[in-house]
Amino acid sequence: MASIDLSRFHRTFFEESFEGLDVMEASLLALDPEQVDSETINGIFRAAHSIKGGAGTFGFEAIAGFTHLLETLLDEMRAGKRAITAPDIELLLRAVDALRGLLATARDGGAVDPGTVEPLRAELAQCLAGGGVVPQAAERDEVPASGWRIRFAPKPELFASGNDPLLILRELQQLGDATIVCDVDALPSFGELDPESCHLAWTIELRGEISRAAVADVFAWVEDDCDLSIAALTPTPAQPQSGSKVESIVASAPRAEPRGDSASIRVATAKIDALINLVGELVITQAMLQQLASHLDPVHNEALLQGLSQLDRNTRVLQEAVMSTRMLPVDAVFSRFPRVVHDLAGKLGKQVRLQLVGEGTELDKSVIEKISDPLTHLVRNSLDHGLESPDERAAAGKDGCGTVTLKASHQGGHIVIEVADDGRGLSRGKLLAKASEKGIACNEQMSDAEVWQLIFAPGFSTAAQVTDVSGRGVGMDVVKKNIQALGGSVELASREGAGTRVTIRLPLTLAILDGMSVAVGDDIYILPLSAVVESLQPQPEQIRRVAGEGTVVRVRNEYVPLLPVKDWFRVPGASRPPHESILVLVEADGHKLALQVDELVGQQQVVIKSLEANYKRVAGISGATILGDGRVALILDIAEIVRLATRALAA
Amino acid sequence: MGERVLAVDDSASMRQMVAFTLREAGFDVAEAEDGVAALALARNEAFRIVLCDVNMPNLDGIGLVKALRQMPDYRFTPLLMLTTESSPEKKQEGKAAGATGWLVKPFNPEQLITTMRRVLG
Repeated sequence: MASIDLSRFHRTFFEESFEGLDVMEASLLALDPEQVDSETINGIFRAAHSIKGGAGTFGFEAIAGFTHLLETLLDEMRAGKRAITAPDIELLLRAVDALRGLLATARDGGAVDPGTVEPLRAELAQCLAGGGVVPQAAERDEVPASGWRIRFAPKPELFASGNDPLLILRELQQLGDATIVCDVDALPSFGELDPESCHLAWTIELRGEISRAAVADVFAWVEDDCDLSIAALTPTPAQPQSGSKVESIVASAPRAEPRGDSASIRVATAKIDALINLVGELVITQAMLQQLASHLDPVHNEALLQGLSQLDRNTRVLQEAVMSTRMLPVDAVFSRFPRVVHDLAGKLGKQVRLQLVGEGTELDKSVIEKISDPLTHLVRNSLDHGLESPDERAAAGKDGCGTVTLKASHQGGHIVIEVADDGRGLSRGKLLAKASEKGIACNEQMSDAEVWQLIFAPGFSTAAQVTDVSGRGVGMDVVKKNIQALGGSVELASREGAGTRVTIRLPLTLAILDGMSVAVGDDIYILPLSAVVESLQPQPEQIRRVAGEGTVVRVRNEYVPLLPVKDWFRVPGASRPPHESILVLVEADGHKLALQVDELVGQQQVVIKSLEANYKRVAGISGATILGDGRVALILDIAEIVRLATRALAA
Repeated sequence: MGERVLAVDDSASMRQMVAFTLREAGFDVAEAEDGVAALALARNEAFRIVLCDVNMPNLDGIGLVKALRQMPDYRFTPLLMLTTESSPEKKQEGKAAGATGWLVKPFNPEQLITTMRRVLG
């Protein structure tokens, strides 16, 4: 048989191993040392066991070796040979982290250096030794003799184990020159013969330079189902060795819990993306047909029009169904927080209860991947700045254990994620003081909501001192920017003494955009609705030309730079004066800009096509879409336009 | 050979490896991800050989072997356990449940085929 390249199984191995580690981590966190649930510890063991087995099989010895220690420790725990203490759980959690690192290195093709986990390995080994485990003595292998005399007397019930003496004898023959004598003494008369029992015994003289281990291996599966003696074929008297009796252990009762994920299959995301893209094309084609058919005489073309309207319905249902395949429960990101909170609470000396609500809420995989960092930041903030120490809480008459809630829900075409804590809340006075200290525009007359918004201003941080928990140089401004880049928005509500709640609103998918279509000359452009503040038709007196700063428009008491989209993209055709145009006020990164367009066409959902993949990157354009009439419309990248325009106007 | 065999393992990579190796060697392989799924398949057809992992959710290898041995079609069928060296007591437990033999993980494809020859002759 041609040798098989095991690397073809690596991808599956890594995927399942990382999943296994997630299970181990979640279960370890759920493990209560006071009251150990045997199914939980079994699940943890099983995950470690699978990783070890796979790592050994697929050639990652260093990983297998490390996991082996972990597995042995877990095995003793589940067998009740070892008490499970809180430090044990911490050690196991660190081992899970280390293993994740080793696996990631191996996955990315790096050489796994067992030295990196050496200190932890030593700790595990020490922990194991502390449990008083007796190391197993290595089996001794006898020096090969000139041959062996083997007495093989199967018990009557041998067949019931699925073993066949004939195959065993044949295997012996392959080892060397065998003389086999059958002993029929125990054979009953034909009338009493039970064909399902074994009544025969054999004596075999096996000649050749064969190790005892090789012979014993042939009988490995049956040594308890027979009387067996293997003696050296030398002048020295034979020493019979009989198979030892082993007491049977009753297997644990089968568990009846069904596994939730058994009805799913793994599909490469690229395949799903291709499917979504094709359906997008189908939707466009369908829209074009619909538009063409609108010119047809309804009486003469009744059947065709009926068919088209059915196509319209089916296309929409198909699009929704395909989109839903990219949807994952938000649990995929929520599930990491028990660990984050556990570790942080320990580090900060705070007591925290984490509440997860609506983990089953689904959203697009690509969105899930991108909200992980902002959410982590918010949760860290809640623990670090939001929640008080147990003493402070007690002094305020609160439960010493604080609560952080992560909640996901659907609202319309959006997903709303809340990060809430019942901590000290924001202090209006402190925020205002901090803002003026940092040179951020503010005043005492601002509403609470406006004051809370200060937190999102670049360079703002409320911590009196930067801790290694929250102060990583990433502020709330970055969180807001990241969420906005996903087409979402962030809001904050707080009450002093009662807690803070940050609400993130995100589109369900990045493949579709809620857009506002505007006309400029003969072209249509799409503005992401999330960036649009308002639109207005300005009076001539609202427009000012400022020397060196271009044109600005006064909206209420604010001057906003004005950017004629026609000039910006050099759209052919005569320019209209601003007061005969429409101004769409957009906002990004805290800067406002008034885009001058000819007309508002309407609001619609558009399927985003990558310009980069099909053409090249264009500054100020985030993508393109195909309109119902087959025309291509460009989607504006508001954040970039605002940045470029502010720079251009300032220059 | 073309023999119809059943490979049971909750680890997808191990299952793939076993199934792939056996198919390369000419076996006709059915796969199951745990003991419950394996029993469901075994009720519908008599496999020539069953290879199963020991540690599995829902119904583990020991439970599977016990259940199979109770079925008339499987009284003498070779039932092989894929086990790890760390649990010698599992081998005995498996034998007591009615397993024919075992293959110790980690094993390579060649060792798997050798083991198959042991039960097929």
